[in-house]
Amino acid sequence: MISVKNLKKSFDNNPILKGISCDFEKGKTSLIIGQTGSGKTVFLKCLLGLHKYEEGEIIFDNNNLESMNDLEKMTLKSNIGTVFQGSALFDSMNIEENVMFPLKMFKEMPFDEMQDRVNIVLKRVELLNSNKKMPSEASGGMQKRVAIARAIVNEPKYLFCDEPNSGLDPKTAIVIDNLINEITQEQNITTIINSHDMNSVMEIGEKIVFLKNGNLEWVGSKKDIFKTKNKAVTDFVYSSELYKKVRKMYLKS
Amino acid sequence: MTFLHNIGLYIIMLQKMFQKPTKWKVMKELILKDTEDTVINSLGIISFVSFFIGGVITIQLALSTTGSFYPNYLVGYATRETIILEFAPTIISIIMAGKVGSFITSSIGSMRVTEQIDALEVMGINSINYLIFPKVIALLLYPFLISIAMFLGILGGMGACVYGGYSTMSDFIEGIQTDFIPFHMIYAFIKTFVFAFILATVPSFHGYYMKGGALEVGKASTTSFIWTCVTIIIFNFLITQMLLG
Repeated sequence: MISVKNLKKSFDNNPILKGISCDFEKGKTSLIIGQTGSGKTVFLKCLLGLHKYEEGEIIFDNNNLESMNDLEKMTLKSNIGTVFQGSALFDSMNIEENVMFPLKMFKEMPFDEMQDRVNIVLKRVELLNSNKKMPSEASGGMQKRVAIARAIVNEPKYLFCDEPNSGLDPKTAIVIDNLINEITQEQNITTIINSHDMNSVMEIGEKIVFLKNGNLEWVGSKKDIFKTKNKAVTDFVYSSELYKKVRKMYLKS
Repeated sequence: MTFLHNIGLYIIMLQKMFQKPTKWKVMKELILKDTEDTVINSLGIISFVSFFIGGVITIQLALSTTGSFYPNYLVGYATRETIILEFAPTIISIIMAGKVGSFITSSIGSMRVTEQIDALEVMGINSINYLIFPKVIALLLYPFLISIAMFLGILGGMGACVYGGYSTMSDFIEGIQTDFIPFHMIYAFIKTFVFAFILATVPSFHGYYMKGGALEVGKASTTSFIWTCVTIIIFNFLITQMLLG
């Protein structure tokens, strides 16, 4: 579980996060949604330790990030899997080497064992027989799968995904969303996804955190989002005619 | 202010390069790969440039030292001194700033743009140690490259001189052996080690701290080349003044 308390962050005296507090439960897929510039990416980067925050607390299973020493932070980071928006695969390595990378860096195990583990993970993301392909030879969807495989190969406790389905066609996007959701439940990990894709919200949003102008505007589930009367949320989520109709139909039924 | 800020940032980068080292097993592979990328892959161009520039230097020296006033061995002597003292260590380093320096900046810069450096940091890896330290170690082999440049430069000079009919082989060899000061070799290799460190770290700095997209990677490569050249030329002057002045 990850608890965030009163998180504040600004750039050049311009406040981006204005005191956000919320919890992200284990075994659940939580989505952070909001318009561009709402502070989603900054929030995620604060959780990942890529941005230093001015105020507040981030607690990973009763361990406060601020009070951790370097060794504890390193141990924590080895328990975090991250899927970046652009996949961030190492382009000098093939798919197998990319997935094996965290194992090489953090685990002391024979090469054969590492290879077995990589194959298991690649099979899980349905990418077997692509081991020797370079990232540049893989499609967008394949690259996302590799990124997910690399993120989970070390059996992390926490999984962070920054817009994992951006740039993908709707069908592949849903496949990637479901894959993340299934892995979260199988491995009982705490997953946080940064997204502004409404398909993701409707598909896997067990917990949805809506940010607006650096503030936490609304928290709920994908069922709650149909019933909410919060104008900021409804304006954002039901901005398209299709979703407006879907909502009407849901409320009628 | 920006200049001072960048110098401070560069020093902090050097400091971080020695902290939280990457696992030796992984580091060994990175060093071998960087040795191939920076040293081995530069052998061809360095050999080609050295051989022909050596020839050109000799022809120009021979043409400007004709007449009975000059001893016959002078061309060989002057070629040796020019190549060992200045051409091989300094001019080759400037060529390397273009070849290896821009490669280092663009490869690290692309990693920054595509969030690969963030991916390393998130995993708890010291990205500066992981990316820059192996390049510094790989470029410890740079004196080997400069030795080849010295040898081929003199060989090219000898070929141009003898086959161009400017001097005889024996006069040229006599010139090469005349008044040889071994300290000049030490001076040249001290310079080479300093330039190797500059070649590894200055382009890395420009790549690592770049901001923006693909266009900025190109701009960073150009800036990196300029600053690597400027730093090499300044250190060339300082070392020459300290060791030979």
